[in-house]
Amino acid sequence: MLTNVTEVNPSNLHAEVFALQRKGHRFVTMTCSDLGDGFDVLYHFDLNYELRHLRLRLPLKEPLPSISDVFFAAVLIENEIKDMFGIDVQGMAIDYKGRFLLAEDAPRAPLLKTVGVPVDARIRPKQAPEGGQAS
Amino acid sequence: MSRRSIIPFGPQHPVLPEPVQLRLILEDEKVVEALPALGYCHRGVEKIVEKKDFVQDVYVTERICGICSFMHSMNYCQGIETIMGVEVPARARFLRVIWAELHRVHSHLLILGLTADSFGFENLFMQLWRAREIILGLMEKTTGSRILLSTCAIGGVRRDIPADLCAEIMRQLDTLEKQLEEVLPALVKDYSVKKRMCGVGVLPRDKAHELGAVGPVARGSGIKMDFRTTGYAAYGELEFEPIVETGGDCYARTLVRVREVTASINLVRQAVQKLPEGPILAPVKGNPNGETMNRIEQPRGELAFYIKGNGTKNLERFRARMPTYANLPPLLHMLTGCQLADVPVIVIAIDPCISCTER
Repeated sequence: MLTNVTEVNPSNLHAEVFALQRKGHRFVTMTCSDLGDGFDVLYHFDLNYELRHLRLRLPLKEPLPSISDVFFAAVLIENEIKDMFGIDVQGMAIDYKGRFLLAEDAPRAPLLKTVGVPVDARIRPKQAPEGGQAS
Repeated sequence: MSRRSIIPFGPQHPVLPEPVQLRLILEDEKVVEALPALGYCHRGVEKIVEKKDFVQDVYVTERICGICSFMHSMNYCQGIETIMGVEVPARARFLRVIWAELHRVHSHLLILGLTADSFGFENLFMQLWRAREIILGLMEKTTGSRILLSTCAIGGVRRDIPADLCAEIMRQLDTLEKQLEEVLPALVKDYSVKKRMCGVGVLPRDKAHELGAVGPVARGSGIKMDFRTTGYAAYGELEFEPIVETGGDCYARTLVRVREVTASINLVRQAVQKLPEGPILAPVKGNPNGETMNRIEQPRGELAFYIKGNGTKNLERFRARMPTYANLPPLLHMLTGCQLADVPVIVIAIDPCISCTER
C-alpha cells in the first residue's frame, strides 16, 4: 500500500517540493485522478529506492501550480495532465497548450470520469476549412 | 550571429524505430535547442485499463510495449498482488525472472543493432539481430509466442517450463554467448564506432540525477541505480551486481547494455539452475481495494505503475510512467550543443520506446 504520503496544498507545494530536492530526492512522476468533486494529484519522489509521495487535493476549476521550475522533469507530465484532465497548470517551463499527447480531433479531457457523458461525445468539433463547412 | 533554422527531426526518420518528432533549433550545424513533439501513437491505454476488469488488464498492460511486454504484465501483476496480499509461489517467481531476463537480452540486442545501424554499420546490425533470434526462438519454445508471452498472471504464471526445455535454454544460451563473443567486440573496440560515440551526448552524473534519468542512461553516467537490487520476484535469491559506467556519453550507455547482456544471460542460468519445484499459481479471491505504486527494472530503466482499486472488478485509476518518459528531459540536455549529424546516435543511445511512452 502507499506509505510515506504527505498532504500538501497549493500554497505550500513549492516549499515541500523544494525541500525534497534539497534532500536529494529524484522526481519519479505525477499521478492525477478524477474524484468527481475535485482531483487527487500525487507527486512521487525517490531516494535510495524509497518512495515519498505528496498528495494534493485540487478543487474543481482551481489552477494547479507547476513544479517544473524546481524539477524540470515534471514539465512533460504536467502537460499530459493538462491534456487528459483539462486542469489549468500554471507556470510550466514549456506549455504545449493542451496539445502534448492529444490530436486536434481527440476527445477533450478523456480521463475525466464525467458520469453519463461518454468519451466519444467529447470529441472536439473539426475546424471549418476556409471557405468551406465544418464536417 | 549565425542564422537560426528549425529542423523537424521525425516523426518519420530512418533511424527512428517509432514515430516521434524532435524540433531542432540549429545555428549552422549546431543544435541550440530541442523540443519533443509526441502524440503520434497515443492509444489511451490508461483509459482502456479502467474499462476492462483487473484480470483482463494483465493482457492490456502487456500490450503497452511490443519489445519488453512481459515486464509490463509482471509489474502490473506485482502491483495487484501487493494490494490483494497474494503470495506468489517460489517457482513462479523464478520463472518470471527467466522470461524477464530473456526479454532484457533481446531488447538490448535489438537496440545495440539499431545503434550500429544509426551510424551506418549495417553488417553489425544484422549480426546482432541474428543473435537476437535465438532468444525469440527460446521464448516461442517456452510460451508459444515470440514477444507477447501472455504467461504472467495475478498470483504467479500460467505456464511452466519443463526440465527438457530448461536444458534447451542452457544449450541455446551457450550458442548465443559464442556468437556474441565474435560480434560484440566490434561494437566495443572498433575505432570508427568509438569515434562516433565517445564524447557524444554527454550527460554528467549530477545532471542525470537532476533530470531524473533512469536505466542504462543513468548507469552510463555513473549512477548505481538498478531496481533488481531491491530483490523483487526472485532477484533477491540470485547473485547480481548493477552495471555502471562513468563516461556519461553514448559509448558509456552502449557499454552498459553490452555488459548487461552478459549479466542477464548469467541471471537466466542461475534462475534455471535454482528453479524450485512446486506450484506456479496461487489462488486469488475478491477484487483489489487500495492503492500502490510498483516499480521494476525494465530494459530501459525504472518502470513505475500506480494502481488504485476500489473493491470492484474495475480499477479506479491506472497510471504508467515509462523509462523513456523519464529519459526525455535528459535527452533534451544531451542534444543541446551537439552537431546535427550526431542527433541520430544520441537519440538511439537512450533506447527510446515511443509506444511505451505515449501508451
